[in-house]
Parts: sequence; C-alpha cells; structure tokens
Amino acid sequence: MARMKFLCDADRCIECNACVTACKNENEVPWGINRRRVVTINDGKPGERSVSMACMHCTDAPCAAVCPVNCFYTTADAVVLHSKDLCIGCGYCFYACPFGAPQYPRVGNFGSRGKMDKCTYCTGGPEADGSQIQFEKYGADRLVEGKLPLCAEMCSTKSLLAGDGDIIAQIYKDRVAKRGYGSGAWGWQTAYRETIAT
Amino acid sequence: MATVGVRIRLVVTAIAFLIFAAAAAPVAAQQPGSVDPNAAAVKEQQLLQQSYRIQGLGSIPDTKSYVIEQPMGRTWRLFHEVWLHWIGAIVILGVIALLAVFYFTRGTIRMESGRSGRTIQRFNAFERFAHWTVGVAFIILGITGLNITFGKDLLLPLIGPTAFSQWAIMAKYAHDFSSFPFVLGVVVLFLLWVKQNIPTMVDVRWFMEGGGMVGDKHPPAWKFNAGQKLLFWLVILGTIGVAVPGAFLLFPFYFTNIFGMQIAQVIHALIAVVFVGLIISHIYLGTLGMEGGFDAMGTGEVDLNWAKQHHSLWVEQEFGQGRTAPPPAGARTTPAA
Repeated sequence: MARMKFLCDADRCIECNACVTACKNENEVPWGINRRRVVTINDGKPGERSVSMACMHCTDAPCAAVCPVNCFYTTADAVVLHSKDLCIGCGYCFYACPFGAPQYPRVGNFGSRGKMDKCTYCTGGPEADGSQIQFEKYGADRLVEGKLPLCAEMCSTKSLLAGDGDIIAQIYKDRVAKRGYGSGAWGWQTAYRETIAT
Repeated sequence: MATVGVRIRLVVTAIAFLIFAAAAAPVAAQQPGSVDPNAAAVKEQQLLQQSYRIQGLGSIPDTKSYVIEQPMGRTWRLFHEVWLHWIGAIVILGVIALLAVFYFTRGTIRMESGRSGRTIQRFNAFERFAHWTVGVAFIILGITGLNITFGKDLLLPLIGPTAFSQWAIMAKYAHDFSSFPFVLGVVVLFLLWVKQNIPTMVDVRWFMEGGGMVGDKHPPAWKFNAGQKLLFWLVILGTIGVAVPGAFLLFPFYFTNIFGMQIAQVIHALIAVVFVGLIISHIYLGTLGMEGGFDAMGTGEVDLNWAKQHHSLWVEQEFGQGRTAPPPAGARTTPAA
C-alpha cells in the first residue's frame, strides 16, 4: 500500500485559499471548522512564504497517543482517522498535535467542545465506505474512488501535493534541483522524522 | 468653456500617466536582478531553531490556527503518556504501600484508656457539611481525573471502547462541574479553620515527638495538631495549584496560547496526583488508622478520652471556656458509639 502524505511547496503557494474552500465544500464542514488553513509567515516582508497546513497523518501520531479513549486509528494507506462516536471532546489531541489539525465545533468552555473534526485525507471515517452516515460525520470518501484529496487536486500552482510519500518527495526534489532553492517540505521532519534534501 | 476644461483635464491626465510610466519603467527593469530567492526564503528548519513554534498570519477568525507548527506538542505527549503515567503510579501506589507498611507495623492507633462514653463536640453540622462537600467533590474529581490518564490502560480493556467512551464523557462533565463545589467548599473550610491552623511552638514539639504516630508519646495539641495543620495548608496550596490551571483548562485559549495550555495541563496533573496521594493518607488516618477519629467528621462528637489523648490543650480550652461543662463523673450522656 501507498504511504499517503501531503507536501506543501511554500515557494509555490500564492495564498489563494482555494484548498481551504475546496475542503470545506467537498466535505461540507460545519461553520467554524477549518480542516485546512493557509498561514503566511513574514507577511509583507522579504522572504514571505505561505504554507497550507492540515493534518499531516503522522507516522507515530501524537493525537492518537494522548487520546484518553483511543479513538484514533491508522488506515492501510497510513491515513490517521478517528471515530466521532468514541471521541469525548477533551481537546487533548489539539495540545499534542504539532500542526494544530484537530478542530472542534464549539469553543470548549466547561469541556463543551463537541466531537473533534480534522482532515480525513478525503477518506471518511470508520463508517461504511461511501455511505450517507459516513459523509455526514466525516465528509467525502474520495480515496475509495481512486481520487486524491480535493485540496491538492484543486491547487492552482501545484504547491500542495498529495499522494504516495515517495512520489511527491521525488517531485519536490526535482523542483528544488531545477529551480535551485526550496524552503523545505514543511512539517515532514516533525511528522515522519525523515530528512529530504531541500 | 466646458470643452476646454475637459481637454485640460485630459492633457493633465496624459502627462501624469507618462510621468508615472517613466518612473515605473526603471523599477520594472531592475526587478529580476533584485530578487534573490535563495537569500530571502524563510526555511522551516531555521524558524524551528529560532523558536519552539512557527507562527504566521491567517485569514480566518480562529487566531490559534495561525500557529503553523509546534513540535512542543510531542514533548507534551511524552509528559502525558510516559512521565505522568510513571509519576502518577509511583505517587499513588507509593502512598498506598507506605500506608500498608505503617498499618501492619503500627496498626490502628487505639484509645489508650478506651472509650469514656462521654463525648465532646468537635465539628458542628456546618463544618461537617463543608468538609463532605469538599470530600465528595474531591473523590469525583480524583476518579474522573485519573480516568483521563489511566482509564484507557485499566478500564478500557475491561468494558470495551463504546462503554468506556460513554463513561469518559460523563466523567469529563462530572470533573468540570464538581470543580465548583470543591473550590467553594475549600474556601469555606479555609475561612472556618484558618484561625486554628496558624502554626505555634506547640507544633514544633509535636513534630519533634513524631506526633504520636511514631512511638507512644502523645504530644499536646490544640484543636488541630501540627500534622492536621500541615494537611490544612497543603490542601489550601493544592487547591490553588489545581484550581488556577484548572480554570485555564476549563476556558481553553481564553487566557493563553497553545504553550500556556500545555503548561496548565502539566501543572494541573502533577499537583493533582500529589493531592490524591495526600488525601489517600488523610482518608487512612480518618478511618482505618485511628480509633475514634472518624467520629469527628461523622457525628461531630468525639469521645472525651480520644480528645484528651490527641488534643489535650483543646479539651482544656473547651472546658475552661465553659462551652462544654464537665458532666458528673461516671455519667453516660451518650452511648458509646
């Protein structure tokens, strides 16, 4: 099986937020929840870069480790998913996640966050593949149809890459070699403890 | 005249446009040479060396989402999944083991001259109500709090994921809401008992003589002996220690950022496990560890012999003030409980 990853080439991201919009629309995410977001570093200064960030589907996921009810699981494609039926909305996954991926429908006072929601790599959750209940709880299940996450598919500059980790890493390496610079595969060392030449 | 005005405006506009174009042209010509993408690029590794967090600007209202990467989350995970499990297990099992050793070597501390059959009021109904409000709330808080850390290891394999999740949701709300009566009750107990808990020289002697727990001596004490005073102040400090970071956790991201939330959880958890260990020993001494001690918080009336043995100065004080008139010798006003 493939080892699915995201890679954001910050030297290509133009902060158009199409990935954010595509994700919200495809998964019909509730108000206030952003499974993917674009953050701009050094905004308005030399060296400004924008990075599109969502769940990185870590190899040894901190969210899964700290979950008090063990509601996380990793699929055969190395996608980190969770069960909203088991989630108690304690918010610990947000404290542990290096990427701020977990989202909650409510603010969280008195522990009232509601069920956690996060990027599913467009592959739903524990319910039956392609079922209505799965769509309502977790959003689209594109991977089962042979499609990659819509955020990456929609990316106008092909800054955001999704797919097998080896393939997208090779694409990025070729880009860096050709143009002569690169600001790094954001989050990869934190999520997978791998070094790729950038 | 109107047409002349229009023409003048047209000419002025055209001149302004030409000046602008002339000024802009050299800038445009310089553009390719002035950009050095290598030098200017912000690299992830550089940013992570400078700071524990990479933070930028976003376009959504959720400002905590502007933190793009915080590898400290992995350190917090290490604390929560490894250190806290070890510290919690060592503290709580250690206290229980020490108490077991103490129980089997020293045994229950008996009333040396048996029950007199006469009692003296130690805690009135309001004091007992405040104490048991705090007590019940603490037991709920302790069990539900430990459930967050140890539940998935101890209880989840026994009852399965669905039942455990249901229980954990109830436990979470119970934890959040029993914190209020707990803190309120501790405030009331503080106001009720702070005057009698100010350390004096009598307490130094009490500690020197081992408080009667080690050896057979019974050093004099006022209403609260030095050990009880120590417990009182540790409970006050412990309550502040869990309630302040607890409030941060109850209102997430209102007062602080992600790093502050992690620190609040660390402080809350560490103080809480020590607090649980302290209260386990308090429960031991109030029940199994000492004959007649439970009456103080049970009926509020303690046996006179118990009071004389453990709180000699307090008994003299009570009789001296005439609050409790010494009844005629041999009278059994209350049946021996």
